Amino acid sequence: MIRDITLGQYYPAKSIIHQLDPRVKLVTTMVYIVSLFVAKGISGYLIATLFLAMVVKMSKVPFGYITKGLKAIIMILLITVVFNLFLVDGDIVLWRFGFLRITDKGVRTAVFMAIRLIYLIIGSSIMTLTTTPNDLTDGLEKLLGPLKKIHVPVHEIAMMMSIALRFIPILLEETDKIMKAQIARGADFETGNLIQKARAMVPLLVPLFISAFRRANDLAMAMEARCYHGGDGRTKMKPLHYESRDKTAYAVVWGYLLLVIAANYVGGLYAIQLL
Amino acid sequence: MSIKIKDVNYTYAENTAYEIHALKDVNLEIPDGQFVGLIGHTGSGKSTLVQHLNGLIKATGGRIYFNGRDIYGENFSMKELRSKVGLVFQYPEHQLFEVDVLSDVCFGPKNLGFSREEAEEKAKAALCMVGMGEEYYRRSPFELSGGQKRRVAIAGVLAMEPEMLILDEPTAGLDPRGRDEILDQIEKLQKERGITVVLVSHSMEDVARYVDRIIVMNQGQVRFDGAPREVFRHYQELEAIGLAAPQTTYVMQELKKRGADVDTDATTIEEAADAIEHWLRN
Amino acid sequence: MIRAKELTFDYERLDEEGNVESKKRAVDHVNLHIRPGKFIAILGHNGSGKSTLAKHINAILTPTEGTLWVDGMDTSEDDKLWKIRQDAGMVFQNPDNQIIGTVVEEDVGFGPENLGVPTDEIWRRVEESLSAVGMLKYRHHSPNKLSGGQKQRVAIAGVMAMHPRCIVLDEPTAMLDPNGRASVIRTARKLNQEEGITIILITHYMEEVVEADHVFVMDNGKVVMEGNPREIFSRVEELKRLRLDVPQATLLAYELKKKGFPLPDGILNNEELVERLCQLKSKM
Repeated sequence: MIRDITLGQYYPAKSIIHQLDPRVKLVTTMVYIVSLFVAKGISGYLIATLFLAMVVKMSKVPFGYITKGLKAIIMILLITVVFNLFLVDGDIVLWRFGFLRITDKGVRTAVFMAIRLIYLIIGSSIMTLTTTPNDLTDGLEKLLGPLKKIHVPVHEIAMMMSIALRFIPILLEETDKIMKAQIARGADFETGNLIQKARAMVPLLVPLFISAFRRANDLAMAMEARCYHGGDGRTKMKPLHYESRDKTAYAVVWGYLLLVIAANYVGGLYAIQLL
Repeated sequence: MSIKIKDVNYTYAENTAYEIHALKDVNLEIPDGQFVGLIGHTGSGKSTLVQHLNGLIKATGGRIYFNGRDIYGENFSMKELRSKVGLVFQYPEHQLFEVDVLSDVCFGPKNLGFSREEAEEKAKAALCMVGMGEEYYRRSPFELSGGQKRRVAIAGVLAMEPEMLILDEPTAGLDPRGRDEILDQIEKLQKERGITVVLVSHSMEDVARYVDRIIVMNQGQVRFDGAPREVFRHYQELEAIGLAAPQTTYVMQELKKRGADVDTDATTIEEAADAIEHWLRN
Repeated sequence: MIRAKELTFDYERLDEEGNVESKKRAVDHVNLHIRPGKFIAILGHNGSGKSTLAKHINAILTPTEGTLWVDGMDTSEDDKLWKIRQDAGMVFQNPDNQIIGTVVEEDVGFGPENLGVPTDEIWRRVEESLSAVGMLKYRHHSPNKLSGGQKQRVAIAGVMAMHPRCIVLDEPTAMLDPNGRASVIRTARKLNQEEGITIILITHYMEEVVEADHVFVMDNGKVVMEGNPREIFSRVEELKRLRLDVPQATLLAYELKKKGFPLPDGILNNEELVERLCQLKSKM
């Protein structure tokens, strides 16, 4: 289950998308998410689909690999669809059973919500799959840079994120090891009711916390030993520079957003004509 | 207590790009009361193998018999197997969690369904076996020294009264005396209580000194299996797979090369000293 | 390079109000002098105070009493802190807990970044240090996929990239298998011989000490023995009392000596032992 989550994992490949500046990718992801909520009609979604397909193709990440990330949200997806399907009131009732009914508008909203969620996950997966965690935090640090003026500890937040990303696999492995060790001592993590299960977690969680604290302590010492003293006076091994491809990408992204907005308007006219 | 491993195969992440064939057609039999050393470099499959022995990993092919009963059979209780085959992981002190030493050691027997009193009795006996006296019962395990923590953790497995004890590098990170103390205690258990012991180790000197039989793993297969002196005769092949023989073997082999008529099978310091004495005096 | 005068350190245990509840003396009036370019080993059992001493050299800890100078700089002076840490790098025991970067080369660049080294220079140093420890071809790898020995070599490269004059290795091999151990020690020796970096190796593996220029043995916070490996390993009984050991060849020679054979003290390796034995035989 834990291994199925592709969000936050990097897929190494050599593609234009991989080479883009992380800031471009962060901004694009934000713009794309906004566009999904701006789009109202079929034409808007069509453009969003085309844009996503183009990016997926250019990223050279296998499509199957990207959709693996969807498995983790399948429940949320189903709940959203069901809620929208039954609870949105519309003019034409398509199906009725007791107090349950499905309307045309319900179907429409459910479908659009499902598409939105799926595209949202695919879109953000592409970002994390094509950007190393370090680049991502660097990009975030730089993008949020102006917030430093109002004393937001941007560098520290970015450093914390990147350390967390480095230690997640180590702690997962450790969890597995401690779990096995306790099972070897007769611990049972599977059977029993909720309370019993929660109590069974104690022999796992206590050692895990102790280990996490020990690691944090060691790491802080190792960082100090290598002269880490916050963001001041630090240089970058991989400073971020916008290349011409990044500028082109920005142009494409903003163009795309305008197109989606325009499609709403045009799509609206088209709908009126149909009536 | 005997264990028989028949044609066991294990593949990690089968049918994916990350597929690793960790064990290939492993056949072994470990009879009652033996002191076995299991060696192999990191990734040779030895850790995977020992996890099979108490059912933590299920073989993707083959059978394992515990006292003649198939552990993958329908009526076989894994919980019972785990109480009979105690597995002490590397750095076992990392699994301590209770407020005091005695309660931590009680965890195993309590899981097996023993009452508080019975569990404490077993825990006390186990702590005694590893040389931790009454004065430690109410101490927090986290205040102890590294060597003491390790012993408490080993006692945590011993309290389940296993008939077979598997230890994955029980001396890692300990100083020389700490190492000797732990290994001496394990040897005592094996000799006095007849517990079967499987010692996974990187130290050829330790293995040569304590065990009756050595199993060498390489790339998921059993490469050598025999008494220490037999196995260490293959010191050149051992080197080829990233292992080595005890230092004494090299001394004896070198002497032999220089024309000395010495018994090159000597693997411990005592044996080597005797063999050299014999050679020098004749 | 490094000089300690009456260096003493107490670990203090505080109660809930922040008052000192109890003290434990970890380093007790240590005097030592380490000259530049040497390969130094510090031996001692677990809890002998050797790691506490090591952390003083990097100014992670500062003395309760006494003084420690690194390159003439007093480690108690705050304004010298970063210079001292750059000068005397440190590699720790657990390979997982000292690698900060998610990619090998980025981790090696971490130190120079902190020092404010210009970008081009960082890249040069990263390449230099990674090739010095033989890890250049792993530069794009994730540290999580490396073996323990490889991780420790990356950690050493991370220190090297800061251009230190001295590296303190605090039990760098305690968690490694024999091959990983050998590769780390080989790397340390190479840096000592080829780059002239002073190495201070803290360990309780006797075989790693054999080739050191000078050995300090610690017990109970004090330096109790000092000398070259031959002098140290001549004192087998004493070392055993200190919860330590001697190399196998030394031990075998010692056993033979007990049997009445006239072998010299402090034989350090197999070749030497075999040589001496053959000489002995020819005389008999």
